[in-house]
Amino acid sequence: MKTKVAIIGAGISGASIARVLSKYENLEVHLIEKAPDVGWGVSKANTALIHGGYDDDPEKYPMRAKLCIRGNRLWHQWVKELEIPHVWNGALIVALKEEDFDELEKLLERGRQNGVPEMRLVDREEVFHLEPNLTREAIGALWVPIVGQIGPIPAVIALVENAVANGVKTHLETEVREIKVENGEVKGVETNNGFIEADIVINAAGLYADRIARMAGIDYFEIHPRKGEYWIFDDDVPGPKRVLFPTPTPISKGIVVTTEISGHLMIGPNAQDLPPEEKENLATTKEGLEQVWEGAKKLWPQLPPRSKVIRTFAGLRPEPTGGDFIIKAEEEVWGFINVAGIRSPGLTSAPAIAHEVAGIIENSLGIELKEKEKWNPYRKEITHFFMMRPEQANEAVKKNPAYGKIVCRCNNVSEGDILEAIERMKFIGVKTPSVDSVKFRTKATTGTCQGSFCRPKIIQLLAREYGVEPWKVTLKGKGSEIGIGDVKALLRGEEA
Amino acid sequence: MEPFPQIPMLSYDVVVIGGGPAGMAAAVRAKELGLNVLLLDENDYLGGILPQCIHPGFGLHYYKEELTGPEFASRLARKLVELGVEYKTAARVLEIKNYSDLEKVVIFTSPSGVYQVWAKAIIYAAGARERHAFEIGITGDRVAGIYTAGEAQMLMDIYGVLPGKEIVIVGSGDVGLIMARRFALEGAKVKAVIELMPYPGGLARNVMILRDFDIPLYLSHKVVEVRGKGRVERVKVVKVDENLNEIPGSEFWIEADTLIISAGLVPSVKKLKKIGVEIDPATGGPVVNDRLETSVPGIFVAGNSLLINDLVDYVAEQGELAAEGAKEFIEKGGIESKKWIKVEKGENVRLLAPHYLSGEGDVYLYLRVSKPMEDVELRVPEIGKKMRLPVVKPAEMLRIKLKAEEIKNTEKLTVEVVKA
Ligand SMILES: Cc1cc2nc3c(=O)[nH]c(=O)nc-3n(C[C@H](O)[C@H](O)[C@H](O)COP(=O)(O)OP(=O)(O)OC[C@H]3O[C@@H](n4cnc5c(N)ncnc54)[C@H](O)[C@@H]3O)c2cc1C
Ligand SMILES: Cc1cc2nc3c(=O)[nH]c(=O)nc-3n(C[C@H](O)[C@H](O)[C@H](O)COP(=O)(O)OP(=O)(O)OC[C@H]3O[C@@H](n4cnc5c(N)ncnc54)[C@H](O)[C@@H]3O)c2cc1C
Repeated sequence: MKTKVAIIGAGISGASIARVLSKYENLEVHLIEKAPDVGWGVSKANTALIHGGYDDDPEKYPMRAKLCIRGNRLWHQWVKELEIPHVWNGALIVALKEEDFDELEKLLERGRQNGVPEMRLVDREEVFHLEPNLTREAIGALWVPIVGQIGPIPAVIALVENAVANGVKTHLETEVREIKVENGEVKGVETNNGFIEADIVINAAGLYADRIARMAGIDYFEIHPRKGEYWIFDDDVPGPKRVLFPTPTPISKGIVVTTEISGHLMIGPNAQDLPPEEKENLATTKEGLEQVWEGAKKLWPQLPPRSKVIRTFAGLRPEPTGGDFIIKAEEEVWGFINVAGIRSPGLTSAPAIAHEVAGIIENSLGIELKEKEKWNPYRKEITHFFMMRPEQANEAVKKNPAYGKIVCRCNNVSEGDILEAIERMKFIGVKTPSVDSVKFRTKATTGTCQGSFCRPKIIQLLAREYGVEPWKVTLKGKGSEIGIGDVKALLRGEEA
Repeated sequence: MEPFPQIPMLSYDVVVIGGGPAGMAAAVRAKELGLNVLLLDENDYLGGILPQCIHPGFGLHYYKEELTGPEFASRLARKLVELGVEYKTAARVLEIKNYSDLEKVVIFTSPSGVYQVWAKAIIYAAGARERHAFEIGITGDRVAGIYTAGEAQMLMDIYGVLPGKEIVIVGSGDVGLIMARRFALEGAKVKAVIELMPYPGGLARNVMILRDFDIPLYLSHKVVEVRGKGRVERVKVVKVDENLNEIPGSEFWIEADTLIISAGLVPSVKKLKKIGVEIDPATGGPVVNDRLETSVPGIFVAGNSLLINDLVDYVAEQGELAAEGAKEFIEKGGIESKKWIKVEKGENVRLLAPHYLSGEGDVYLYLRVSKPMEDVELRVPEIGKKMRLPVVKPAEMLRIKLKAEEIKNTEKLTVEVVKA
């Protein structure tokens, strides 16, 4: 008989867990997500770094210290298996004054404790060799070659596609509202779409993990949001080759300057604590953005003019009581596993978190996991027109002319890419057509013009493929419809 | 010297990139001049942005008749077809390569595949893009209901979608004003037009729209923030002082479900920049001579890629001129000039084109002023030329014709707009 597992939350944590658990013959895995698509929680808006694992104090934050470096090592393998966009470009933690070296020495020592390979201090000359356009004030740095960057939502999508291909069932637009516990054992979750039976419930609900835990009667922690804001610039603005950090302070790793994987200069984040009830407050603020600007300028003085901004955004870190990841089977409720407080470096740690959870199922819950004879570790990346050489494009066009037709002119995204994205959305169970689902799979609308040319065309394609009226297509799920009706709706006295 | 031996190759005298009014006029003229020409446009239809501009106001100079955008476009398109000009729609130019003066390659993709076209000259008429909400510093939530004017226009007039019913418009230029009327005509409530400058940006006849439809105009104000869950719910407006700095305490909120950004256009020239074409920071388009040739020989530019035009008539005129330039270039191996005359910006001139004159023919100078003025003269002191104008506004492009014999003997020209 199979053990039924319900994972709450399809962020990077839940998706990684789903993928790892899909390996086992004797588990039936359900991945539950309230949003219309996967990866739209905390995992959507962050710095996208695969951190080096040198800065978490193993005394204070043992989970973070252990899982970050393990996660980093696993990502080096996972990005290949799953064809996740990535770059391993290394990081420099920059010293601007002599005292900074004391802090960098500490990080070096901590990195050694945590098992981080290949780190070292570099002097002024080498730092400019590694990063020629760094501020002239730099006097040296800690060089961490294993740091990298991935596409965080593409990563979640890749994990879920792979998990579904290996038998995991998804339940999107499904919000968990209650957890059924009988005689100290979980029995399942009550949702807006009915009851889902489960022997094991894994709480990977990001900012809402405290609320979910309370549904199971567990209330020893609380999660409050910590906002971080960002600027992204046009792709013709030169950015650094490495990830640049300032020397950290006791509260923060500081404002990063980096060229993100699509080639855009990105700066951020700052850190602003919000009250626990503001878990939906993703608004950017003038003050926050200015703070980021000032911070970034210290490392990268040649920031472009403001007219080169193509987007600003904000993310919320789920900060738990105590500050460390809470990953454990709760003793008072058998079968309930918390994966809570997954703040930074949660993206980096996710693969390690997933293995940790598998270990907990075996060791704390005593369920022996049997590997499938055939488990497919691979997943093919979506076709990107912009990555094809002309002759490859011609091959693709022969099979489907839509691959020759450009929809997003800034990023050269073809109609074929978009139709494939829609197919993949349907494969993992996306029910509501949204432009953001296409955007995160194809990069359409993320360029210089921010979608003003291509969004209407994408809306048409979504409307056609999902069989809905174009104005009912959404930007990012119900409540964000593109329009209110056909162009004469108001004159007829109707309103959608 | 084939860059991609594996993909099909075509060959033409001229490739025109962009099938808007500039590109169509260029292709038509090139064909009339006997050149072997190919026109490429990425849309499924010709016309550029005109098919979505269903209002009148097009063609008064060019056709001596007031037409709508689609009418203007279809006249040009009909001519194109009658002349047998070769064109491809759904054909996006990916890259331009400049091997030598008379050897250029344009790589494009289409539903029948990727092609390379060898050409002696290129006329670049790819239009412009609109500035969006992030570029103008709006913070807050990233929600549905924020559109550029052109996007909203495309949704309404090409796809038949009504974006919302309570509208705030950023920018009182012609495009913003025309969209205000468009929304009002469909029964939506236009709650405000917000303008950063102390004066409206559009032509007087378009500013009248506000009175006709009872739409409030806030001058010296800007939208700074948008809030909403899912969709726009309210926008924050702030008053600015003479230096355009926000005045603390002057903030207020307007409830609306839609925010339209009409904050100006930027010439699309990234592909030209990649091959080293020199760009004028004032126009945002290339530096050109009087045949609209860029700093890379044999690459010509016309329409909104050259500079932002408010009249389609000038756009079409520029297309024709570029075609004539291409003809001369191909036949003579270059644009003839005994000496290049530099044109400089004088008082109250924000931008102008062309930047260099050959002195070999008559030329139109296009320019915009920095600030509105009444009762002025447009002067070119070096040649004693004067043109009296009752009003000038940054929104209105000025055009002045200089005759070959007037400029022949000068080294440089300055254009200024001063009190009469
Ligand atoms: C500003 C910022 C910068 C960061 N930078 C980095 C970095 O560079 N590197 C790094 O390693 N980490 C970084 N992080 C941390 C990283 O983003 C997070 O640790 C990680 O994304 C958390 O993923 P998650 O899956 O736990 O949560 P989420 O992605 O939030 O997933 C939880 C999911 O649960 C769903 N959910 C919630 N409640 C319910 C319910 N009742 N029913 C059904 N579904 C529900 C949510 O919709 C959500 O999709 C950063 C975070 C922020 C905010
Ligand atoms: C809302 C609005 C209202 C207006 N109202 C008026 C008015 O009342 N009267 C008036 O005279 N003018 C008006 N105009 C201005 C006028 O329409 C424009 O100045 C003119 O259309 C610009 O023409 P263009 O050919 O330069 O560019 P566009 O019309 O933009 O055409 C450029 C074409 O090039 C294509 N293209 C771009 N890059 C590539 C590539 N790489 N490969 C292939 N194709 C490409 C584009 O898709 C497009 O089809 C208005 C403009 C707007 C936006």
